[in-house]
Amino acid sequence: MAVIIENKNLGDGMFLMKTDCTKKSTPGQFYMVRGWDRYPLLSRPISIFDWDGMTTSFLYRVVGEGTEILSKMTKGMEVTLHGPYGNGFPDILEDTVTLIGGGIGTAPLYHTAKELRKRDPKKNIKLYLGFENKSDAAKAFEELDAQVIVRCGGYITDHVDYENAGTILTCGPEIMMKTAYERSKPYESKVYVSMEKRMACGVGACLGCTCKTEGGNKRTCKEGPVFEGGEVFFE
Amino acid sequence: MSRLVTKLVGYEMKNPVIAASGTYGYGEDYKGYYEPDVLGGISSKGLTLNPKQGNEGIRLWETPSGLLNSIGLENPGVKAFAQGSISKMKKINSMLIVNLGGDNLEEYLEGASILNDWDIDLIELNISCPNVKAGGMAFGMQCESAGLITREIKKISRHPVMVKLSPNAPSISDIAISCEENGADAVSLVNTFQGMAIDIRNKRAVFNNVYAGLSGPAIKPIALRMVHQTAKAVSIPVVGLGGISTWQDAVEFIMAGATAIQIGTGNFPNPNLGKEIAEGLEKYCEDNGFKNISEIRGII
Ligand SMILES: Cc1cc2nc3c(=O)[nH]c(=O)nc-3n(C[C@H](O)[C@H](O)[C@H](O)COP(=O)(O)OP(=O)(O)OC[C@H]3O[C@@H](n4cnc5c(N)ncnc54)[C@H](O)[C@@H]3O)c2cc1C
Ligand SMILES: Cc1cc2nc3c(=O)[nH]c(=O)nc-3n(C[C@H](O)[C@H](O)[C@H](O)COP(=O)(O)O)c2cc1C
Ligand code: FES
Repeated sequence: MAVIIENKNLGDGMFLMKTDCTKKSTPGQFYMVRGWDRYPLLSRPISIFDWDGMTTSFLYRVVGEGTEILSKMTKGMEVTLHGPYGNGFPDILEDTVTLIGGGIGTAPLYHTAKELRKRDPKKNIKLYLGFENKSDAAKAFEELDAQVIVRCGGYITDHVDYENAGTILTCGPEIMMKTAYERSKPYESKVYVSMEKRMACGVGACLGCTCKTEGGNKRTCKEGPVFEGGEVFFE
Repeated sequence: MSRLVTKLVGYEMKNPVIAASGTYGYGEDYKGYYEPDVLGGISSKGLTLNPKQGNEGIRLWETPSGLLNSIGLENPGVKAFAQGSISKMKKINSMLIVNLGGDNLEEYLEGASILNDWDIDLIELNISCPNVKAGGMAFGMQCESAGLITREIKKISRHPVMVKLSPNAPSISDIAISCEENGADAVSLVNTFQGMAIDIRNKRAVFNNVYAGLSGPAIKPIALRMVHQTAKAVSIPVVGLGGISTWQDAVEFIMAGATAIQIGTGNFPNPNLGKEIAEGLEKYCEDNGFKNISEIRGII
């Protein structure tokens, strides 16, 4: 159980929920979240937007029943968080890192950029964030000590400097991640992608979230959600 | 905890709570929540003779208080499972149940004969998986085929056999009778109900196989009725499951005649469920002064 500290409407259907969960997590991991008792049946997989030792936050978009309930919750109410689950993004040793996020797929990149900076004050960190419409979601990223490029509308992958990208970490629609992977190929960048699949258990038990990879089937919730680009975009 | 000790096909389980096939992996995945030896038994993910990649496309679809799945028996094959997982499962102090599926009789038989070389406690013969095209459920739909496969497996297996029944059969209790007549040591029911979902925006079925299997609280009342009918129809033990998500649900199934119960979909929203049900049943017996849970078995 965690208690909601704040649940802010950022506009365009997006909310930022801060909870008092102190549990350690690594960037790119997620929680199975539920803000209700028995119904709806399943918990919702939501990435960790931020963890600072004292709080854990989530950036989410209202798309259906579960996220709708979350959006109506207020300060002081309890949410159940199972996790953190998944592998998360690896630590990047290269000097330059480019993070590319599309829509709500930007969520895990905040914590990721923050941790990268913490580990290496000199690293060149670039974030490319693409949103469909204007909202306050982009603002949440502004305080990061990194170069933040935000675009509304169009394809964010059109704005990336692939030649000088260094290692690429990306999360968002599969087509966006695939484009980033393809376009970075000539420069032989290492690319990590965060996959999204429907999940029931989150712990690796149900095989509902299987992701086809070059090395055979993998569980997105356990061996993922972060995979190397070439592992999943091999066909 | 002796109030919960339950005998099933000669094995003494510490309690009648079993993790259902396909919802508990091979016993390791919920270790972050509780030690799996809290459970009376663990049924492995469904295995087939040859490895299976499982189904393409969407595999899970949530419905009101239910879950449609179309996993398609993704598994490494009986041999790889035996070599890779049996010794690990064996270390868990819990009844080791291997769920065995197949596309045809030969496959089932070969799978069962491989298992003869291994130290396991029970085979759960899955003749009820609705998610593989050629197989599984076809055997569970008629008394003749269910009887035949039970008889043939019993002939060659050195392990006790529990047949897992499909609620999609015209009469599940008749199938159970046929399994009993052909030597089954126990039956478990229910597997999932065949259902479907349609994506109206893209105007296509959600699942590549069109149909999928429904589980979870939505099926509980029907599963309970089927367990009740079946327990009245046979004298071998009946293991009940379908939508159990609280210890109270488990009590209902036992009152309806189940010797033991399984928890499947209920593990997903509540990863502590196995432990909670074992504790809940213990307290229920204590509060009611039952020396053993069997005192309420089949009282309805
Ligand atoms: C690893 C991972 C991380 C995620 N991180 C975030 C995040 O940080 N912020 C955010 O807004 N969303 C995130 N999502 C997507 C989020 O899980 C879905 O938007 C959410 O489950 C929708 O629930 P709902 O009840 O509002 O929608 P409904 O459509 O009513 O949901 C019905 C069912 O489908 C499932 N479902 C629907 N859409 C998705 C989807 N896109 N992915 C997976 N399951 C889905 C639901 O979990 C539920 O079981 C993530 C998904 C995954 C797999
Ligand atoms: C994701 C999933 C995978 C399953 N895989 C198997 C399987 O491999 N073999 C099997 O006999 N039953 C399988 N089942 C069926 C369950 O073991 C159980 O019979 C059914 O879900 C009903 O119980 P429940 O409502 O408690 O889940 C599966 C169910 C689910 C939800
Ligand atoms: S969600 Fe169950 S295995 Fe990944």
